[in-house]
Amino acid sequence: MRLNLTNWMITPALAALLFSAAMATAAEGVYESNTLPVPQTAIDKAVFAKLAQLNIRPALCSDAVFVRRAYLDVLGILPTAQEAKDFIRNADIANKRRILIDKLLERPEFADYWAMRWSDVLRIKAEFPVNLWPNAAQAYHRWIRASLAENKPYDQFARELLTSSGSNFRVGPANFYRASASRSPDGLASVVALTFMGMRTDKWPANLLTGVSAFFAQVGYKPTSEWKEEVVFWDPIGASTVRANIAPGRDAIASTNPPPVATLPTTLPPQAATFPDGKQIKLPPNKDPREVFADWLITPNNPWFNRAIVNRVWYWLLGRGIIHEPDDIRPDNPPSNPALLAYLEKELVASRYNLKHIYRLILNSQTYQLSSVPRYKGPEAEANFATYPLRRLDAEVLIDVINTITGTTDLYTSAIPEPFTYIPENMPAIGIADGSISSPFLTLFGRTARATGMENERDNLPQASQWRHMLNSSHIARKIEQGPKLRELIDPTRKPSENIEALYLTFLSRFPTQSELQTAEAYGNFPAMTEALSAKSGSKSKAAPKAATAARQAAFQRQREAWTDITWSLINNSEFLYRH
Amino acid sequence: MNNKRNNQQVSRREALRRGVLGTAGLVFGSRIIVGDARAAALTTSAKPALKAKAKSVIQIFLWGGMSHNDTLDPKPDAGSEYMGEFGKAIETNVKGIRLQELWVNMAKQADKYSIIRSMTHRNNGHETAAYLMQTGHPPGERISYPSVGAVFAYSKRNEYKGMIPPYVVMLSANGRFSEEGFLGPKYKPFSTGGDPNASRFEVEGVVAKGITDDRQKARRELLANMDTMGKTMAASPAMVASEAAKKEAYELILGAGKDVFDLSKEKNDLRDKYGRNTFGQECLAARRMVEAGVPYINISFPGGWDTHSNHFATMRRQVPMLDQGLAMLLQDLHDRGLLESTLVWCTGEFGRGPKVDYQPPWNGGRNHYGNVFSVIVAGGGFKGGAVVGSSDAQGQEVKDRPVYPVDLLGTIYQLAGIDTKSKLPHPEGLDAFVLPEVGPKVKSGGLLTEII
Repeated sequence: MRLNLTNWMITPALAALLFSAAMATAAEGVYESNTLPVPQTAIDKAVFAKLAQLNIRPALCSDAVFVRRAYLDVLGILPTAQEAKDFIRNADIANKRRILIDKLLERPEFADYWAMRWSDVLRIKAEFPVNLWPNAAQAYHRWIRASLAENKPYDQFARELLTSSGSNFRVGPANFYRASASRSPDGLASVVALTFMGMRTDKWPANLLTGVSAFFAQVGYKPTSEWKEEVVFWDPIGASTVRANIAPGRDAIASTNPPPVATLPTTLPPQAATFPDGKQIKLPPNKDPREVFADWLITPNNPWFNRAIVNRVWYWLLGRGIIHEPDDIRPDNPPSNPALLAYLEKELVASRYNLKHIYRLILNSQTYQLSSVPRYKGPEAEANFATYPLRRLDAEVLIDVINTITGTTDLYTSAIPEPFTYIPENMPAIGIADGSISSPFLTLFGRTARATGMENERDNLPQASQWRHMLNSSHIARKIEQGPKLRELIDPTRKPSENIEALYLTFLSRFPTQSELQTAEAYGNFPAMTEALSAKSGSKSKAAPKAATAARQAAFQRQREAWTDITWSLINNSEFLYRH
Repeated sequence: MNNKRNNQQVSRREALRRGVLGTAGLVFGSRIIVGDARAAALTTSAKPALKAKAKSVIQIFLWGGMSHNDTLDPKPDAGSEYMGEFGKAIETNVKGIRLQELWVNMAKQADKYSIIRSMTHRNNGHETAAYLMQTGHPPGERISYPSVGAVFAYSKRNEYKGMIPPYVVMLSANGRFSEEGFLGPKYKPFSTGGDPNASRFEVEGVVAKGITDDRQKARRELLANMDTMGKTMAASPAMVASEAAKKEAYELILGAGKDVFDLSKEKNDLRDKYGRNTFGQECLAARRMVEAGVPYINISFPGGWDTHSNHFATMRRQVPMLDQGLAMLLQDLHDRGLLESTLVWCTGEFGRGPKVDYQPPWNGGRNHYGNVFSVIVAGGGFKGGAVVGSSDAQGQEVKDRPVYPVDLLGTIYQLAGIDTKSKLPHPEGLDAFVLPEVGPKVKSGGLLTEII
């Protein structure tokens, strides 16, 4: 009980709250640690100061919650039963969370999971409305994944995206200027602002957008004779705006009849440009304006660049931006905690744009490790990170953990069958490069369509249709009933309680409580069934052996159904479906 | 251009001009955020609600694109170069309307439906054409619009309170252009899966294989007992929303709603008349859903019409099923007095080339063709026994009265009482309307006033 009673009037509503809180205490023990949080890191000092102003006394999450949370948030996977058990039982209370975080940040799954997040932001999608084309989607994703795997400094990552030229099939980051439904200078400027500054240009004054778009008015695109290959290049005279001026490949020529006559465009791109801060510049004729823009954006003292990314990482890990939403940064949407944001920006620059350093700082903070039991409601508590928010697992993560646990797979296809879209059977949904490749499950559970690159394009609000799918679809039922790994987990030679414990560790990454064990055992009615199964056919009646066999079969069937139902209740458990 | 259009000032002015700034103006002013935008009852129009004649819509979508020459717009005089194996047209029960020879059942029902023979959008890509026919919006914009069914689900959300989801697709959605676009998963079509022609129509998520109602109930209780976190954190808004959605799901799983899908409640001879095949029984299931008040039912024809090759054999196999099921559906709706309030429309995303392609590899096939094709419309305020527009002597181009996607969808929306100028809730707050305004990128030949 951590309610600050001295400051509260005891009202009937509060009395009810106290009562229900008291009832729930045993369960809270599952989710919360007994240790009181003590602000140690700079993050915690900034956050806890705000919480103290709001009279909020937060609680820390339990080890079992932490191990599950960390795996899901850092890698998008669940700990195995063994990993969960080892962590919970590890007696090194003082260090084990820190050691786990270090380990997780170095696992290969890190790049897989965060490549998916970045692919959402960068709209990696072969078909409508982005039309990257399949081979390019793969190349782009490969580059992102490799960049994350080597922990490429973020300033370099951004610069490569902003300034690359070359073939969409060969130079991954060159696809940055192709992954937009609109390739007009306005459209490209909007994409740049959204991606690197977390700003929505429809909230800018119109003349500012025009000024900034001049930096992107010289991006040219030309085809090659390879099907759907396209080269992004610096095109200062706007040559590629006239189809005849570009050097088309054989196929493009063949399809042009009569042969094109080249004329230069009558208007050249504007030579004056405006930076987002309002400063004007005359574009030098000998430098790609994208480079000029990158030079302005990517400097340690450009607050927009640094702020946008640390705020985004914070949003990714804590479900809410310090500036919220993380891609709606503007003067009239201030951060809930300016000191916290400033600290993270400073750390980013000091670490030379090492994003893993920012992850590590956040993950090791008490703020990240708070409990998700809701004691403090209201927008203020939420905006100041009083509790870790409950979030349904993202579509890809959810189906991946179900498939991993059950030992089953899903089929991912593109509505447009093309080469390059072959997906190996055991490919996790997280690893799919191309947003055009999907499954009914992924779309039902709100996977982003990657049309806009906005964080809120992913839709995790619960729907009845999603519940019908989880509770009652043949898709999930088959996994529960026939999943080979799941069948290995339920060992008829073990005690039922041992099987239940194994299921809990696998699905919920913790040991069952006494009352959960009893509920599951009572549902299965296991002793009676064991008796029926082991009944000897030693009766005198002739009909007896047959009857006994039938009874044994019926008991066997009932037992199977009981295990199916217990597993089903774990897969549909809030604790399984939600990050908590 | 997009950015100008998305500028808030413009949107307000435009809204004023459109005369839709009723309570919606408040919403524009305060720029509600995504989650709220989807949940909030965004008032769409200050105008009095249009009178709805069509309470339900059944759309039969012929994915792949059905030939118009070989079905609703026969050209017996055009010769085998155009007509291939089908040279004959047959009379119908309406003088002057003739159909291709395989349409024997529909020929007896011609007084109940009208044929548009001048549908056009000149788009020959499956996806882009399907997008046009399902949304009315030109493809290639920054926004991907919801399909007409999802717009129905959204527009009828306050009126329709049935347990079956408002937008049902049998058996599975035709790709993302029959889906919810930016409206989000809440307006996604409910795909039934299963097969209504099987002994039990196992509707995905509703009727589970091998699980009795008793076991369903026992499981539900077990889950309630085992859901420790759900109980501990019941006060959290995330858990409140989750529980509400779960309760709604169970109303269909354990409630009476699922009886709609139980076709064994129908007489055997009626089931025979619809045709004992998947499409025929889908038509019957659609009628049962209409009786339950479901606003929008999409039957995605079980089998494609993308007959680049093997065209004539496919037509001989599929047309009789379509002919029998659709004719019986119209007859049955009429017999039950439901045709007045049930709009039925049937088309693919385009037609097929009027000239048969005898070259290899097609060897007598027809390719994509969006210049002109045909559509059937019936009921829900549409007159029967009429033909709108015509194509030329070979079925190559529109001869008169072009009908564009906005004209067809606009008329359907009008008959259902949906204001096509009303705003849809876009998650980024962009201006998005049910149908686009007519302009250089959006052509119109006018609403189908001649048949309503």
